[in-house]
Amino acid sequence: MSKTRLLHGQGLGAVRGERVLFRDVSVSAHSGELILLRGANGSGKTTLLRQLAGLSETQAGTIERAGLHHWIGHTNGLKAHETPRSHLRHWAKVWGSKRDVGAILKGIGLARPANVPCRMLSAGQKRRTALARLALDDRKLWLLDEPFNALDTDGQELLAQRIEAHRAAGGAVIAALHGASPIEADIEVAL
Amino acid sequence: MTAAPLHSAFRSSASEAWASGAGLLLPLGFFAGTATMVPFTLGSEAELLSRVGPGILWLALALSSMVTLERVFQADLQDGALDLWLQDAGSISLIAAIKTLTHWLVSGFPLVLLTPLIGFMLGVPSEKMVPAMLGYAMGGLVFFLWGGVAAALSASVSRAGLLIALIALPLYVPALIFGVQMVESGIDSPSFLFLSACTLFALGVAPAAMGAALRLAAE
Repeated sequence: MSKTRLLHGQGLGAVRGERVLFRDVSVSAHSGELILLRGANGSGKTTLLRQLAGLSETQAGTIERAGLHHWIGHTNGLKAHETPRSHLRHWAKVWGSKRDVGAILKGIGLARPANVPCRMLSAGQKRRTALARLALDDRKLWLLDEPFNALDTDGQELLAQRIEAHRAAGGAVIAALHGASPIEADIEVAL
Repeated sequence: MTAAPLHSAFRSSASEAWASGAGLLLPLGFFAGTATMVPFTLGSEAELLSRVGPGILWLALALSSMVTLERVFQADLQDGALDLWLQDAGSISLIAAIKTLTHWLVSGFPLVLLTPLIGFMLGVPSEKMVPAMLGYAMGGLVFFLWGGVAAALSASVSRAGLLIALIALPLYVPALIFGVQMVESGIDSPSFLFLSACTLFALGVAPAAMGAALRLAAE
């Protein structure tokens, strides 16, 4: 399998106030790879991920992107009044996806609470709703910030399987993770 | 960029406006309540009321625009929806414009429809009613657009209401001046053209300003 480069960040750096969070970090994601950003709380994992996603300005270095990516931040992007179904329908429309939202909800274990407003869902159910967005649109690169947070054992297994399947299909994943990883990484970037 | 994201942005912000607070009823109640207070504070002489009536309605419109805009972008920033919108490059200005225009449609435009009733109550002469409604529609658009810019700038501030007022009120002034004059002197006056110019300027500039402010807020 030929390895296409999906994202390349070179010499990245970030400053918070007067403190240098990290400097001269390079991240390169090729198809099939899982890259974990590791580091203690406050070491800049989220900042680096946001820079890679184009949400924060880079304070040093350059980033080249090959195409669109999926973003799952530490916030889920859900509105209190939305239901998992209406949330997925909304983003399916925005992204021009024709996928069957009902099947996606069933696949991620949200068939039962599909029509319950998010303010009444548990933290894990909200996380599953956010992760369900990954199935709406085929994008080669996934950027995930603490994706396993709030998930139960089942959910963690499910997400690990999804990540493996995505890599097998030629995608790449960059994830920020502070705890023990349920998945084996190709590359670890320590901050 | 196709129309689909804009359409979904419209639908989601309409349902959001509806779900947050009483939707339509809140600004309408605020508008009507403010106007009803006037006879109690200024006295109930018919001549005085018919003279200050249109001006009072302008004030009520300006204030009610800010009441509804406080949470427009702040909620998006806090729940992470803004990050998702920012992913699909370049469109954030348009999305922000659609969001504010939706809020104008949901809570600004109904005030225009309520104007004849309140105007009648305050004894505004009937020949001034049509210019007044047109003025409130256009002026309201200006208020909501600049209010949206202020809301985007203060999205990361926890108690943004007062800050929005400080930023937006000076920007309301030109539309307010020409709007009040237009109600006095009718549709075929230069004030109408100046008010139109204010509206077009806000339509052209405010979306870009909102987009830039939101990018900054997401940092």
